[in-house]
Amino acid sequence: MVDRPVILEMRSITKEFPGVKALSDVSIAVRAGEVHAICGENGAGKSTLMKVLSGVYPFGTYEGQIVYQAEEVRFRDIRSSEAAGIVIIHQELALIPELSITENIFLGNEPGRGGVINWKEAKKRAVQLLARVGLRDDPDTLIKDIGVGKQQLVEIAKALNKDVKLLILDEPTAALNENDSQHLLDLIVGLKGKGIASIMISHKLNEIEQIADSITIIRDGKTIETLDVRGGDVNEDRIIRGMVGRSLQSRFPDRTPHIGEVFFEVRNWTVQHPLVTERLVCKNESFTVRKGEIVGFAGLMGAGRTELAMSIFGRSYGNFVDGQVFKDGKEIQLRNVSEAIDHGLAYVSEDRKSLGLNLLDDIKRSVVSAKLGKISRGQVVDDFKEHSIADEYRKSLRIKTPTVDEGVSKLSGGNQQKVVLAKWMFTDPDLLILDEPTRGIDVGAKFEIYGIIQQLAAQGKGVIVISSELPELIGLSDRIYTIFEGQITNEFTSAEAEPEMLMKSMTSTSKKAEAA
Amino acid sequence: MSGFSDVKKIFGGGTTSTARQAGILLSLVAIVLVFQFWTNGLTLTPGNLIAVVNQYSYILILAIGMVMVIIAGHIDLSVGSVAAFTGIIVAKAMADFNLPWPLAIVLGLVVGALIGAWQGFWVAYVGVPAFIVTLAGMLIFRGGNQYIGAATAVPVPEGFTAIGAGYLPEIGPDTGYNNLTLVLGFLAVVALAWREWRARRTQAEMGSETAPVWVSIARVVIIGAVVLYAAFLFAGGRVGTSFPVSGLILVALVIAYSFLTRNTIIGRHIYAVGGNSHAAELSGVKSKRVNFFVMMNMSILAGLAGMIFIARAGASGGQDGNGWELDAIAAAFIGGTAVAGGVGTVIGAIIGGLVMAFLNNGLQLVGAGADLVQIVKGLVLLLAVAIDVYNRSQGRFSIIGIFRPKRRSGPSDQTPTPTTGTPDTAKPGAVTVNN
Ligand SMILES: Nc1ncnc2c1ncn2[C@@H]1O[C@H](COP(=O)(O)OP(=O)(O)OP(=O)(O)O)[C@@H](O)[C@H]1O
Ligand SMILES: [Mg+2]
Repeated sequence: MVDRPVILEMRSITKEFPGVKALSDVSIAVRAGEVHAICGENGAGKSTLMKVLSGVYPFGTYEGQIVYQAEEVRFRDIRSSEAAGIVIIHQELALIPELSITENIFLGNEPGRGGVINWKEAKKRAVQLLARVGLRDDPDTLIKDIGVGKQQLVEIAKALNKDVKLLILDEPTAALNENDSQHLLDLIVGLKGKGIASIMISHKLNEIEQIADSITIIRDGKTIETLDVRGGDVNEDRIIRGMVGRSLQSRFPDRTPHIGEVFFEVRNWTVQHPLVTERLVCKNESFTVRKGEIVGFAGLMGAGRTELAMSIFGRSYGNFVDGQVFKDGKEIQLRNVSEAIDHGLAYVSEDRKSLGLNLLDDIKRSVVSAKLGKISRGQVVDDFKEHSIADEYRKSLRIKTPTVDEGVSKLSGGNQQKVVLAKWMFTDPDLLILDEPTRGIDVGAKFEIYGIIQQLAAQGKGVIVISSELPELIGLSDRIYTIFEGQITNEFTSAEAEPEMLMKSMTSTSKKAEAA
Repeated sequence: MSGFSDVKKIFGGGTTSTARQAGILLSLVAIVLVFQFWTNGLTLTPGNLIAVVNQYSYILILAIGMVMVIIAGHIDLSVGSVAAFTGIIVAKAMADFNLPWPLAIVLGLVVGALIGAWQGFWVAYVGVPAFIVTLAGMLIFRGGNQYIGAATAVPVPEGFTAIGAGYLPEIGPDTGYNNLTLVLGFLAVVALAWREWRARRTQAEMGSETAPVWVSIARVVIIGAVVLYAAFLFAGGRVGTSFPVSGLILVALVIAYSFLTRNTIIGRHIYAVGGNSHAAELSGVKSKRVNFFVMMNMSILAGLAGMIFIARAGASGGQDGNGWELDAIAAAFIGGTAVAGGVGTVIGAIIGGLVMAFLNNGLQLVGAGADLVQIVKGLVLLLAVAIDVYNRSQGRFSIIGIFRPKRRSGPSDQTPTPTTGTPDTAKPGAVTVNN
């Protein structure tokens, strides 16, 4: 491995934003045909480094040198880096939901003559490209009608169409379930065999261990070290030590649960799909939450976990058909979100960019936005309280920012997630529903967030955690419900829960006895 | 370099949107000064200033409502027609039914509210885009105005004209000035100083960085001097004139709506809905109500503007309010409002409106025809928004940066090195608009 030629070298890259030095003197070297991982905590500068490489931040806005295929390159924009064969797939997907797979793949690159698109040719090539990434879908399908996993593959197909030599993937598996993730990782390895090198950013260290040939670790905008995975004994703990500067004893904080009586109960919850009314997304689901309990919802993507949570949270998804909600023994009505908030519910969405945050807003306003009444006299918001409360959360959640007056759009992905968490903790809920709360969060911060979840439970609140990472659910929950196709199939205590058993209940309606 | 960012703070206050306002404020000052020289001092005379206020107060009132509509992610094309429609109803009510003028004003506001409720209903509860609803409204209410007025001018009575053509009374000793205007000017300066002092105190309590004391003093002295100078100009006009009543109404509305948008829950909700309506709804914001409110509020203000206009003109006619929507929208955009919603301020829109007003006025003073005035106004709108878009794409705000001797490429040169102990001079919000 070491003897392969270096195809890309970034030398002493320094990138400043007003008031923030995101990168200082970072260097990395990528060899031909390798998978090079970049690891680091939230806000370490990983995405920024990749944006420098791909021309999102053009030459002149950073200091340092990029040498690609033995020549210094100065990209003006993404197009010029793509022309050189460097294609970036961003942390947030950039496909257009209303267009078909074919249209998306060829967007900006349409085959044809004189401005007239040759659709026959396009479709033919689309089918070939889809085959290369292992997709057999009709290329006329609209992007919004396929799952995120497949969307990610379409992104790669799009990159392949551009004759990619170096593929950059910024947290490609963050929104994928285990199957889809595995498929994607296999694909990346497959591309490597065809001579396409990849740079991959991920917080899922097991994936990195699995496919990376070398790893560059960045901390606080500086290169810490480069590890040669194939050459030596690099494991997750070793990576973590590099990332956070110390080793992490365990992945979950210690906890002795103190579980009280049932205080929240949902009975016979039935909800229709918002557009296709014949389709039920929740079929007669019932569950309970006890005081001080952490309840996990396990299920594959598309099983209806988010739909269940959102429809309970003030009917913010689908058409309500039937069902009752009880809190502290009394039936409650949750007809809209503000009623749900008033009844002490909070829902942290899995999709922070489009459902969790107003990206035009600053941190302090975002933190208080779900319960403005709490810091207002009459209708007037108290700026002073707003600032001091936001600042407390900045400290307690260790949100990486110089000040809470900063816009949330300038935070790194993981730190945005912490702002969303702060926003809902501020509403002081009795029942906190967390939908994929650690998506895109680094190991250290995950540990902190688990700690926060456990603290909330220790205060006697109920917590529901929806997660696609089974180890996380098993490590965190006192009880786990499995959901399959809009139905709750089983219930496991933490002592019983094991990945294989859960998986069975997540993929069929078989009862526990049969599953076990 | 840190000194420079302090200088910026005199007008910039530190936050992103105020930094944008500072830029447009500088342009306003530049325009006024250019015309002051070009017209040999005619621009800043009592008579001319009073005329500008009289002529543009109703446009600026519309700009207040418009910026809120745009922040929420909509647009209102109907304001000119709504103003005309309200005007004719109010004029008719007074002329044909002898309605006393104070009641007529209430009637006008009610008519505005009803129209607003109509448009708000379609926008918020049916979900028809505001562009369409108000395009329809533009036709409907223009037609309504002409139907009711039967294409003739309807005069308005004496007492009513005060809101459009009235002045403060002359009271107290004969100082050669209008005393009330001077008093108001002094009060404004006191209020300014008090606000500055309070802002510093809260900042200190919050433990957040405060700008050096001299910045605050400079700000109060400079703005205070401008206010006093304006007060003396307004007070020193022809006997019987002063700061116009319509201007007073405008100032009161600007203060009230600035407070509403900045410091109240409904204000926050308007920004939230415009910034990301899905996220806002999932935070418990009732976005339909917010949309209804901004549309309704706009029509009430349009009704008010229409009444001020007919009071000034002395009669209501069929061409009243033609093209006002464009002036109001232009004011909002020149004042830094984002086209896609979510960003903007009332004070920014007012400054934007004043830029248009002084351009118009100055060009007329130098004898340019209406044709040329329109061309210049169009170009200024384009230029102002283009500069804003450019700055945003560069991740910075830099009207001031343009005047700097050397510009390195890239935003990194915008990071001032703090030299005065506190890290506040490096506060990114003061120099970027990239949020
Ligand atoms: N446009 C911007 N303006 C100002 N600061 C920024 C901007 N973009 C990023 N930053 C800052 O630069 C630092 C690095 O951010 P970056 O997005 O590269 O982190 P990251 O390593 O990708 O983190 P994550 O794992 O959370 O995605 C952060 O402190 C962030 O706040
Ligand atoms: Mg990132």
